[in-house]
Amino acid sequence: MRPFSYRAPATLAEAVAALADGGPGARPLAGGTSLYDLMKLGVEAPSAVVDIGRLPELAGFDTAGPEELVFGAGASMADVAEDAVLRADYPALAESLAKAASPQVRNMATVGGNLLQRTRCGYFRGGPAFDCAKRRPGSGCAARGGLDRGHAVLGTSDACTAAYPGDWAVALLAFDARLDLYGPRGARTIALADLHRGPADAPHEEHTLGAGELVVRIRVPTAPAGRGSVYHKVRDRESFAFALASAAVALTLDERGRVAHCRVALGGVATRPWRAEAAERAVVGGPLTEEAAVRAGEAAFADARPGAHNAFKVRLGARVVARALRTAAERAAGRAVA
Amino acid sequence: MTDTATRPEHGPSAGDPLEVAFAVNGTAVRAAVDVRESLLDVLRERLALTGAKKGCDHGQCGTCTVLVDGRRVLACLTLAVQARGRAVTTVEGLAAPDGTPHPLQQAFIDHDALQCGYCTPGQIMSALACVAEGHAGDDEEIREYLSGNLCRCGAYPGIVAAVRDYADSARSTEG
Repeated sequence: MRPFSYRAPATLAEAVAALADGGPGARPLAGGTSLYDLMKLGVEAPSAVVDIGRLPELAGFDTAGPEELVFGAGASMADVAEDAVLRADYPALAESLAKAASPQVRNMATVGGNLLQRTRCGYFRGGPAFDCAKRRPGSGCAARGGLDRGHAVLGTSDACTAAYPGDWAVALLAFDARLDLYGPRGARTIALADLHRGPADAPHEEHTLGAGELVVRIRVPTAPAGRGSVYHKVRDRESFAFALASAAVALTLDERGRVAHCRVALGGVATRPWRAEAAERAVVGGPLTEEAAVRAGEAAFADARPGAHNAFKVRLGARVVARALRTAAERAAGRAVA
Repeated sequence: MTDTATRPEHGPSAGDPLEVAFAVNGTAVRAAVDVRESLLDVLRERLALTGAKKGCDHGQCGTCTVLVDGRRVLACLTLAVQARGRAVTTVEGLAAPDGTPHPLQQAFIDHDALQCGYCTPGQIMSALACVAEGHAGDDEEIREYLSGNLCRCGAYPGIVAAVRDYADSARSTEG
């Protein structure tokens, strides 16, 4: 690992200044579970590390407000996952965190840093022995014709098929979450949906944050669809594993049991947190029967482009969507949940 | 103390050692560390506390689990400088001063909850936190909330039994 300078500023303004001062080789460090891991692998080699783990401006979260839920970017995944309001009124958000990583990682990792977790593609993590356009722009992609079982089937490009690994951002996408940012040019707010980039021909450009810009907080408008929500995640093992396919669903039913509002977002199968609007359209206006749920799941994957070893994700993903829709509808109706 | 780590206007150059002060098992320690060093390496190589083990060194096996300010974390993915001012507890800090094992350690012995023993310090630190968090209600919950600790010998049934036993006795002591 290459040496780096280390600073632990006391305020957000100082942190942003330190990141600007550090130039393109500077990286913020919050929980460290992703950055330090990638530094050990030689995938990241920052010249300057700015420790933002104790910034008061990023701390804490508040789920009691009437208008919105507010999560400081530095709040731990564990603390947010345990929140009683979230578990009762927005189960998809709580489940996406509780089903991520391990208790130790959730104690360390932050809800802000988690949004920008890097892909688990083995060729990306494998270092210089492998071509990777995400790691070294223009170097090609070893996953093409390689081991791509865990890779994406939606949102891929010829340059990259690496799957976005996170769960929390997928759940947030079902709730119109917004992000307050702060950087060298001041504060601004963006939609979470505008944070992540697809790979296109520049897979190394993974997000839309400016140089030295930090996520300060995540804001979620309060929504009745929260109670009718679920995060369903299928993994190779029952716990502490990344999603092969996951779906966040948030919906409401009208008085006759027809779907009034529905959001569907997918994880584990796409290159970025993936909104499945075709699946939403397939169920809105009708009762959420098993047939309707299956049709919606299939619609979500109509444009899928599987690789050599991940075609199973198309059927698996469709069934995950169908199951999530049915569970969300049961929760929205106030019936027993799966 | 002059803590360069807290003073951005005097940010150190890459490669300079940093002085970091924290507590380990109730004792104040101070060490000049390489900024790249993990808390795990400082515990093991500089402080001779070899209870926390290095397994994968990437946060995937859990055998390096320690408590920082009472919360279980992975020492391998913690920069030593991040421990500044924190209270670290390792498995060496659990036994009574006379050497009597902690009740959870005794439960691991009673239930034969190990074979090779390499994962055991991490299992015990993780289980201690798991019970304190209130996540040891039944076997299923214990398995879920200990999923960050792998045991390649497959001693899981004994581990779950030991944790359940300890959690039950801890609850009855409280009650």
